[in-house]
Amino acid sequence: MTRDEVRQAVVNILADIAPDEDVSSIKDDVTLREQMDLDSMDFLDIVMELRKRFNVEVPESDYQQLVSMASCIQYLQPLLKDRQLAS
Amino acid sequence: MKYDVIIIGSGLSGLAAGIRLAMFNKKVLIVEKHTVVGGLNSFYTRKHRMIDVGLHAMTNYAPKGARNTPLGKLLKQLRFSHDDFRLHEQEMSEIRFPDKCLRFTNDFELLKQEVREQFPDEIDGFMRLVARMESFDELSLTTSEWTSARDILAGYISDPVLIDMLFCPLMYYGNASERDMDFYQFVIMFKSIFMEGFAKPVGGMHYILNLMVDRYKSLGGELRMGAEVQSINSAKGVFESLTLADGGQLKADAVISSMGRIETFKRCEPALAKEVSSESSAGQVSFMESLFALDQEPKDLGYDRSIVFFCTGDRFRYEVPKDLIDISSGVLCCPNNFKYPEPLTEGMIRLTNLASFGLWDALPRRDYIDAKKEWRTRALENLFTFFPDFRDSVVFLDSFTPKTILKYTGHLNGAVYGSPVKAKDGTTPIRNLFICGTDQGFLGIVGATLSGISMANLHILQKKVAPDA
Repeated sequence: MTRDEVRQAVVNILADIAPDEDVSSIKDDVTLREQMDLDSMDFLDIVMELRKRFNVEVPESDYQQLVSMASCIQYLQPLLKDRQLAS
Repeated sequence: MKYDVIIIGSGLSGLAAGIRLAMFNKKVLIVEKHTVVGGLNSFYTRKHRMIDVGLHAMTNYAPKGARNTPLGKLLKQLRFSHDDFRLHEQEMSEIRFPDKCLRFTNDFELLKQEVREQFPDEIDGFMRLVARMESFDELSLTTSEWTSARDILAGYISDPVLIDMLFCPLMYYGNASERDMDFYQFVIMFKSIFMEGFAKPVGGMHYILNLMVDRYKSLGGELRMGAEVQSINSAKGVFESLTLADGGQLKADAVISSMGRIETFKRCEPALAKEVSSESSAGQVSFMESLFALDQEPKDLGYDRSIVFFCTGDRFRYEVPKDLIDISSGVLCCPNNFKYPEPLTEGMIRLTNLASFGLWDALPRRDYIDAKKEWRTRALENLFTFFPDFRDSVVFLDSFTPKTILKYTGHLNGAVYGSPVKAKDGTTPIRNLFICGTDQGFLGIVGATLSGISMANLHILQKKVAPDA
């Protein structure tokens, strides 16, 4: 997956877990909590979707890496580099 | 075949837990003893009318985009859009007592203003109480000591009429205890009714339940109707299998039961002797409800409120009545008086009164039918001393009692709000058996659904390692 594909993968997950959100305008360097009012239940969903879709395990100690889109991409790209973005 | 999780009961909590688990590829089965889904919030059909039971209105209304509200969390967790629920807000509701009346809408400011006008000496205390509730974490899953809401209110409000008026809707819509409430339950109900408010879905409970069942099935969840659980079998404190009434055996790694805490323990083998012997913790509070289909809109008969919580006596008593029902207080619901885009096809009024399960249960069959008619008439006659008479407009009527509730939901004593003792974290003496629904402690339509979601998250999805059984 390229950097853009990793970003798209995260956007897809966010669009699924928050159907009433406009995910097209997410700013990469503002925290997701701030932009989308994500709570701990939502972060659990992001982690579980990453496991379900890409078989990637995010340990609890790494949850803070998912704080913004930019940090998500930085953290996930090495883990996803050999995976395909599902259509 | 072995399931990851079996859920007992297809009410809102069971369906919500099922959706969450199926969403993350768990192999899930919901078993339901009845032939209709919904449990305590369900529907039935009589003479081509689809009639909701349980639901007067959905509490916890929040507008689209209010994400950190109970409704917002529910929608996100089940991945519904706010529009999917087709909710329409109430017009105006009211608490009506002999000499005072408090109106409220989904805008909390109106209630504050009403308290200020009707109880000018109490407004400061009321506002301090509100501030205390605003900073209270009522959704914590940690069990704390039972705290008397009456004792706490006494520190803020001195007029017993105002205290009764505040308790009346909160108790009628969710209190499993007689006379008093656990303070955290008071806060849950206060916020859900006064600070958030009422709405109804177009299509009623039938629509919401179908939406949930469709979502559950589309995620691969299985639902088996007419499947009554006879026993929950465990060994050394670990669940092993379920035996159904038809003799079938089902295996799973975990069970989430929404049938009620004591109801669940009663079916455990070997018996959970200590828990079952505490029969006193079974809920006692139940209701009789009558519904009246009308040949005109309730508004044209002088009923212009969405919901009215009324008391016609000097004091409001929320307890098991000494007669079959207590006619001195009750709830009136006019489903028509919600802001629907299209008017409903028929006028409808529902009347709910506290009822005694024991007295109804003791009646022989023949007397039971006569008693329903007699007490419905008495309730109406008392009601019409304060409200307009609508009897000439009734085209269809039906009533149900605590016995009906027991028959269709299996909840002991027809106790719609379950046991006064709540298992907030959902755990039981059996390590992989969990409780969700009324006895877990979140109430109302939104609460029940969040209960299923939280228990599925806490005990199954967030489990870091598989049970080391």
